[in-house]
Amino acid sequence: MLILEGLSKTYKTGDAALRDVSLTVPKGQIMGLIGPSGAGKSTLIRCINRLVEPTGGKVLLGDMDLVRLGKADLRRQRRRIGMIFQEYALVERLTVMENVLSGRLGYVPFWRSFLRKYPPADIQRAYQLLDRVGLIEHADKRADALSGGQRQRVGIARALAQDPELLLVDEPTASLDPKTSRQIMRLLTEICAERDLPAIVNIHDVPLAQQFMQRIVGLRAGRVVFDGTPDQLTHDALTAIYGEEDWNEMRRGDEEQTRAELDARDRMAALAR
Amino acid sequence: MTTGPYPTTWRRPPQILKDLRWRIAIQIGIVIYLVLAIGSVEVNWARVYAGLERGQRFVMGFLQPDFTSRWRDISQGLIESLTMTLTSTVVGVAISIPIGIGAARNLAPRWIYYICRSIIAVSRALQEVIIAIFFVAMFGFGPFAGFLTLSFATIGFIAKLLADDIEEIDEAQAEAVRATGASWGQLVNYAVQPQVMPRLIGLSLYRLDINFRESAVIGIVGAGGIGATLNTAIDRYEYDSAGAILLIIIAVVMVAEYSSSYLRKFLQ
Amino acid sequence: MTEITHYSQVWSYRTSRGRLALWGGWLALVALFVWCWQIMTRDTIWFFVADAPTQAADIGSRMVPPRWSYLPELMQPLWDTINIATLGTIGGVIMAVPVAFLAARNTTPSALILRPIALFIIVASRSINSLIWALLLVAIIGPGLLAGIVAIALRSIGFIGKLLYEAIEETDATQIEAIEATGASGAQVLSYGIVPQIMPAFWGITVFRWDINIRESTILGLVGAGGIGLKLQASLNTLAWSQVTVILLLILATVVLSEWVSARMRHAII
Repeated sequence: MLILEGLSKTYKTGDAALRDVSLTVPKGQIMGLIGPSGAGKSTLIRCINRLVEPTGGKVLLGDMDLVRLGKADLRRQRRRIGMIFQEYALVERLTVMENVLSGRLGYVPFWRSFLRKYPPADIQRAYQLLDRVGLIEHADKRADALSGGQRQRVGIARALAQDPELLLVDEPTASLDPKTSRQIMRLLTEICAERDLPAIVNIHDVPLAQQFMQRIVGLRAGRVVFDGTPDQLTHDALTAIYGEEDWNEMRRGDEEQTRAELDARDRMAALAR
Repeated sequence: MTTGPYPTTWRRPPQILKDLRWRIAIQIGIVIYLVLAIGSVEVNWARVYAGLERGQRFVMGFLQPDFTSRWRDISQGLIESLTMTLTSTVVGVAISIPIGIGAARNLAPRWIYYICRSIIAVSRALQEVIIAIFFVAMFGFGPFAGFLTLSFATIGFIAKLLADDIEEIDEAQAEAVRATGASWGQLVNYAVQPQVMPRLIGLSLYRLDINFRESAVIGIVGAGGIGATLNTAIDRYEYDSAGAILLIIIAVVMVAEYSSSYLRKFLQ
Repeated sequence: MTEITHYSQVWSYRTSRGRLALWGGWLALVALFVWCWQIMTRDTIWFFVADAPTQAADIGSRMVPPRWSYLPELMQPLWDTINIATLGTIGGVIMAVPVAFLAARNTTPSALILRPIALFIIVASRSINSLIWALLLVAIIGPGLLAGIVAIALRSIGFIGKLLYEAIEETDATQIEAIEATGASGAQVLSYGIVPQIMPAFWGITVFRWDINIRESTILGLVGAGGIGLKLQASLNTLAWSQVTVILLLILATVVLSEWVSARMRHAII
């Protein structure tokens, strides 16, 4: 379980990215974080594993306050938090297997990681995870030889290799086409369900969030302005998060896409008949 | 969680040489070479040990440089170096322009192209110091030989890069100018010059920088400049003066590098 | 638009002030050139300059035919030259890598103290030519291969260090962030996040520098730092110009060959 208490972040430039955010994410819950760009979504998830240092508040994972930890303790706690990135953030010039094994870096001593001599159990698990995301035959390929969707699957396998107690997911589908986006979201939700993992997912695509998330939190200018189930995300709620115009703009774009997808589905069905 | 039939070992696949035998052969080859190479270095440790004291004196000289007692020699050498640098860059660039145009495949007739390219090749293949030895033998000691050396070296550098630049110009622009019925001269003036001019200025400033550094070297073989002063200082074991000269060289290079990068930004 | 209004009859490329500044700039350059020229040639003995063609013809006639029988004697110095370049490059790389990591903004442990020191090391090494380093080292540790190797190594630090630290600064920050997020230690972030990204640049820079070092090590012998330059110096001192020809041709061949090797290797790596 993750508890945020009064989390705040003010950047050196004086911009307040987060103002007094308090949230509780119970075990197994997938929480979508929506909001216009600049609302502080990215800052929020980076404050949890302290890639960005929060300026105030508490981050409680279990009963450990991550904000107070020293460097070495922080590294030990970061192992418990898997992170998945927008641009995949794989080490492009390493093999897929090395990328997955890099999820074990927090557990192995330097010499093991340097010589690529991981414990047999780690390697077995890495293979198992690659199999789970459907990439076992690509293990020896270099990461830059894969497509976007495949790379994001490697990113997921790397995060899971950490044996995390929490997943932080930063715009997992922003660089992917709509179809692959849905596949990746489905994979993520399945995996979280399998392991009873809580996850915080930054997502700019509201319909996608409504389709896959159990709970949605809306941020605006660093403040939580909405917290509820996807069904409760009404027109008024979205207006509160995004402001009038942006939200209508977004809905129009999505309606087009839905229509196109429905159309495609009908045609496929016709062909199958 | 099941631990099915997944392998428990993994080796990183080789990235460059796929064949194991080749890999081993090359590794053994490298080891043998290193053993032979290091074995061929004969070190007179007694001499090195004796030299440590001198090294210490040099470091002290570098930390407490003596600018004053040899200031006349140093300033003379510095003035020679600076004037040599400027004049040789100007002359070198001026000569490089026709040669560079001549060495561009898309502008020059075949025979001119080959002549210009061989001039460039000769200038690039020979090092400044070797050229300086010849010019000193021909023109006598002093900065004039250094000036000729640096001008000659500048030709190889600027003309080559200029020619490569001209060969890479946007053909569409040249085509458009040609289509207006322009003569060869007009073509160069309107289609080529605007495209390569900023680069040429940048390269000239860069070369100015290199020429100063080189001017400090060719003095060692008698071609004037601050290198000659440095050589004398070291021969006389005056490490504090040598330290001062080195610091001056470093300072001038730094100033030249920063101002030339500033100028290049300003001109573009 | 209803009627054509007045247009200037004279079209000029630049405004008059711009043109003036341009001409002024050129004029200043010419004046500077003339002034420098006069200072530089103050002590030039024009008799020698006028005599240069005769000298050149004289040297030229002594240079041919090359004394090819001198060639076998040059093999040992050539081997030494290659060793100076290779071992010097290796030494330079070993010293340059830590300097580069100290100088790169994203890896330096202390931006206030260590980074300026590292940058000064790079600038100092870059501004001083290997021949000058050799001159100093021969005076300090005595003539021989070791002085040459150390000179080449010291000169290489700046070149390799500068290019490498630029490569380190250009690494993709998100890849590094991702490795940090797994709970990796500092050394692990270096070996997984940064090193793979700079590896191609590293090998490219090293091979490139080796190529330059071969070139530079051929002349180090002029100041006593071993290699084929020693033979060049000896031949020049005895005015044995026909031997000088052989040496120069051999240097030329070596340089061309090393350039070819380095181009092939860089091609294979990248």
